[in-house]
Amino acid sequence: MKYPKRIKRRRLHKERRAFAAFLAPSFIGVMIFVLLPFVDVIQRSFMTVMSGKFVGLDNYKKVFTNQAFILAVKNTLHFIGTAIPLLVLLGLAAALVLSKIKEISIIKSLYLFPMAMPTATVVIVWRMFFFKQDFNSLVISYLWKNTGYTIVLWLAGIAAIPNELIEAARVDGANRWKCFIFVKLPCLKGSVYTIVVLSFLNSVKIYREAYLVAGSYPGQDIYLIQHTFNNWYVNLDFDKLAAATVVVGSVLFVVIILLNFLWNREL
Amino acid sequence: MRIRKLMRKSAELVIKLIFIAVGVIICMPVFLVVTGSVMGDSDLRECLAPVFLEGRGFVTWRVIPQYPTVEHYIRLLFQSPQFFILFWNSVKLVVLILAGQLLVGVPAAWAFAVYQVRGKNLLFTTYVVLMLLPFQVTMLSSYLILNKLQLLNTHWAVILPAVFNTFPVFVTYGGFRAIPKALIEAARIDGAGELYIFFRIGLGIGRSGILSSMVLGFLEYWNIIEQPFAFLEDKFLWPLSLYLPEIDWTQAGFAFAASVIMLIPAIFVFVMGQDYLEQGIVYSGMKV
Repeated sequence: MKYPKRIKRRRLHKERRAFAAFLAPSFIGVMIFVLLPFVDVIQRSFMTVMSGKFVGLDNYKKVFTNQAFILAVKNTLHFIGTAIPLLVLLGLAAALVLSKIKEISIIKSLYLFPMAMPTATVVIVWRMFFFKQDFNSLVISYLWKNTGYTIVLWLAGIAAIPNELIEAARVDGANRWKCFIFVKLPCLKGSVYTIVVLSFLNSVKIYREAYLVAGSYPGQDIYLIQHTFNNWYVNLDFDKLAAATVVVGSVLFVVIILLNFLWNREL
Repeated sequence: MRIRKLMRKSAELVIKLIFIAVGVIICMPVFLVVTGSVMGDSDLRECLAPVFLEGRGFVTWRVIPQYPTVEHYIRLLFQSPQFFILFWNSVKLVVLILAGQLLVGVPAAWAFAVYQVRGKNLLFTTYVVLMLLPFQVTMLSSYLILNKLQLLNTHWAVILPAVFNTFPVFVTYGGFRAIPKALIEAARIDGAGELYIFFRIGLGIGRSGILSSMVLGFLEYWNIIEQPFAFLEDKFLWPLSLYLPEIDWTQAGFAFAASVIMLIPAIFVFVMGQDYLEQGIVYSGMKV
């Protein structure tokens, strides 16, 4: 249908107004509570806490030469690099098997249940029964909590693969393995992106376990970036904290935009 | 042919049983907490001593307590008024956060799902990035603004930033996207206003997205730890989730009983909302 120009313009105008009205409460809140204060943080990252004097990149230098921060970055990367691939692959393997089986709602419930268990409860069990506070127990605790979530995401991705595609491949003589490599995996590319991103989002929350089990200064191998942030916050080291916030925020921003861009180009 | 079918069926059964067995192990902590909460103090001491006194790896545990008791629950429910305060703090925080997210996030999700406006993609990307920023990265910003508004050390310091979290916008958005464009077009041609369309069509069909975000939100905020730790100084303002781990092992039974009480609402929501939970997970993965 082709509208006359005047009516079309009026409609566009109306849409824009409605969009703004619906979004406004949320956007104003985001501005007040997140975006504007972040500008403040950026400013502070170039100043001293006490006198508010401009010190250039001094705070950044302090952050990058801080032993605790360097250790925390290493540990966090180690954790992310270990736990996320494990989770993603474990979830995929389980989902591939489960996608062939009927009536799996009980299984899904059992695996999702850790999401409902408050960390406080988990930590009590952990402390009372294992009393180990090392890197591996952190990884296990992360897998324990998030495997169900990942399985559900993979299952949704697998369910979205058109059946005709698989049948066509079978007719053409592809065996199970080939079917998986050349048909299913390429279809799941989009899921990989979302699952990795959401796994990252949840991986940050492992700090809860680490903190509640071992406090602000845990063992060398589970001292994470979150600990550094928290300790600087508690000690009112706002200059270092501001600089570190800008650094970590920018890194995340670039990674997210890059991934987003790559993903959109693929599709 | 029949034999093959039978083989397939039994293979399926075996796989299912393996998965269920692993699932049961995954759910073990609940069992431990529940049995621990009805064990007497001397029993518990005996069981837990290897870990705490001797530093050995594991405890011994009885499947059925020798002398089951409800003393911890009695102490918790009748002799610990502070427990009630903390419990209600948790309830208050969760209810107000979810109510706020409903009021603010649902219309925002609707705006993103329905209207085609220039600049929308940029805004959407901004929301994605904000959703993925860990609490620690926004902590200082939140502190600065909360300090300016003099909200620190009040419950609003936890509630307000959480209300404007952008995660629920995405989950709700996933539900709204299922509404066919033609339906909205048709309503407009019939002369329906935008608000009317939102309330009658949007909230009706997008209900599953909204409920999904509520279920995910409940499980998240019932478990809130970082925010109250950073913004609430007075312990009587704390939610249960932050207080529980402070109980030390000599009061293990008390801690177990408190854990059970804390688990009950979460299990209730989990059981009632399981379909929405799954749906919500799928929505959260649709476009991040």
